[in-house]
Amino acid sequence: MKYMALIYDAPVSRPDPTPGTPEFAAMMEPWEKLTQIYIDAGIMGGGEALMPVETATSVRVRGGKTETMDGPFAETKEQLGGFYILDCKDLDEALHYAAMIPVAETGTIEVRPVMDLG
Amino acid sequence: MGAPDNNLVAATLRMDRGRLMAALIARLGDFQLAEDCLQDAVEAALIHWGRSGVPDNPQAWLLRVAQRKAIDRFRRDARSRAYAAELAALEREDDAMAVPHDIPDHRLRLIFTCCHPALERKTRVALTLRTLGGLTTDEIARAFLDKPATMAQRLSRARKKIQTAAIPFTIPDDANLPERVSSVLTVIYLIFNEGYAATEGDAQLRVDLCEEALFLARLMWQLCPDDAEVAGLLALILLTHARRAARMDDTGGYVPLKAQDRGIWDRAAIEEGRGLVEWALAQGRVGRFQLQAAIAALHGEAASAAATDWRQIVALYRLLARMSPEPVVRLNLALARAEVDGAGQALADVDHLEDALSAYQPFHAARAELLARLDHLGEAELAYARAISLTQVRSEQAFLRGQLALVQKKRPSSRLGRSPTGR
Repeated sequence: MKYMALIYDAPVSRPDPTPGTPEFAAMMEPWEKLTQIYIDAGIMGGGEALMPVETATSVRVRGGKTETMDGPFAETKEQLGGFYILDCKDLDEALHYAAMIPVAETGTIEVRPVMDLG
Repeated sequence: MGAPDNNLVAATLRMDRGRLMAALIARLGDFQLAEDCLQDAVEAALIHWGRSGVPDNPQAWLLRVAQRKAIDRFRRDARSRAYAAELAALEREDDAMAVPHDIPDHRLRLIFTCCHPALERKTRVALTLRTLGGLTTDEIARAFLDKPATMAQRLSRARKKIQTAAIPFTIPDDANLPERVSSVLTVIYLIFNEGYAATEGDAQLRVDLCEEALFLARLMWQLCPDDAEVAGLLALILLTHARRAARMDDTGGYVPLKAQDRGIWDRAAIEEGRGLVEWALAQGRVGRFQLQAAIAALHGEAASAAATDWRQIVALYRLLARMSPEPVVRLNLALARAEVDGAGQALADVDHLEDALSAYQPFHAARAELLARLDHLGEAELAYARAISLTQVRSEQAFLRGQLALVQKKRPSSRLGRSPTGR
């Protein structure tokens, strides 16, 4: 069964380090380790990190009219920063792996089953 | 002709719903499907048992029919290919089941599912009561002061989440066990309470639910033999359940602890409970169930109400109140203090709890008793009347009416007082 682990955290004020620098490598290290753990466990179904919420645009259609807005859907302290797709046997296993995400210690990971349309 | 069998079907379900549900979920791997198939089997029982008589083993009959209903559903279902393995196993099993057999007990797995932390706390209790305790949705709604429709919705949402989020039907691994055990213990405790002080109808005791809680507590103790709180809960249930025969008189009336015939307490259960308490407290990881069990043990070993070690009971209640400062615990602390520091002190303590417990029957009954002891008879009458209005259990109502009559007899000014010799 596939689960999506949605990674919510409060955005940091300082800019992310530039790719190629030792600081960037240090930031990425726990994430690369985690991804490797998921691959080794055979549960890695994909995942992406998202650019900060300042880059978000929301769009909706009301009465046939498209409304475009600057910003994320919900203006809250914690924002969606990325996600993993985890292919696990049950919720206990998914929660076990989701709890390893570094952000779990500062933010919150929402775990939701992915709808099976097959 | 079907009417008496409706009762028998209901009685069978009350006793064995959990066992049947667990067996079905283990076989079908689907909570809602198990629920639906058991419901189909119950409807079949209502027809067949009325027509052809009750089978020798009603539980095995229900399980077999429920599994056949599952076979029918799998065959009908367009997705049945996904269930081919289950279907084949069910068909093989059906023949074997013609011979009566013991239903395998998967209730512990089921209770871990029902008590999973991914479910809301109130939902865990409700689902366990419905699935393992076999309470009706109406009874659970009443226990929570909810509307039956609201409770039914809560239960069906829970089953849906278990299925769609794949909450497992297993005993948790070691890393998760302590948290999961604690959640289960709370639920078992609430089931025992439900049996001990039934919210419905006539009987003070619902022995089946108490036995159910005792059974589940024993299973938990087998699984977690190093856990002091598991031992504490089992001890608490044993020690409380040991008094069951004395809690009711010959006419089904409620008998309070002080007036009980201690000669008919279950000594073997008390001894087992005491042994567990001693072992648990020696582990040095005190918890609320151990403290409550220690209090029950002190009652259990006292030769009479007067010979009870109230000072130690007060000390234990103080520890308990520090650990879980709930109003009901503070009420019990106040009542224990009445035996040590007098009814006046206890009444002052009890009155502080008015806001928190104004809808709680035992609060008013306790207050009435203290007021009567202090000869505040008019106030005692009012408090008894309030207590009577708050219980639906007839034996409790009868007991409280008896107490009220005693107060009225002592009080000449009461319009209802019958005593011509009042002071």
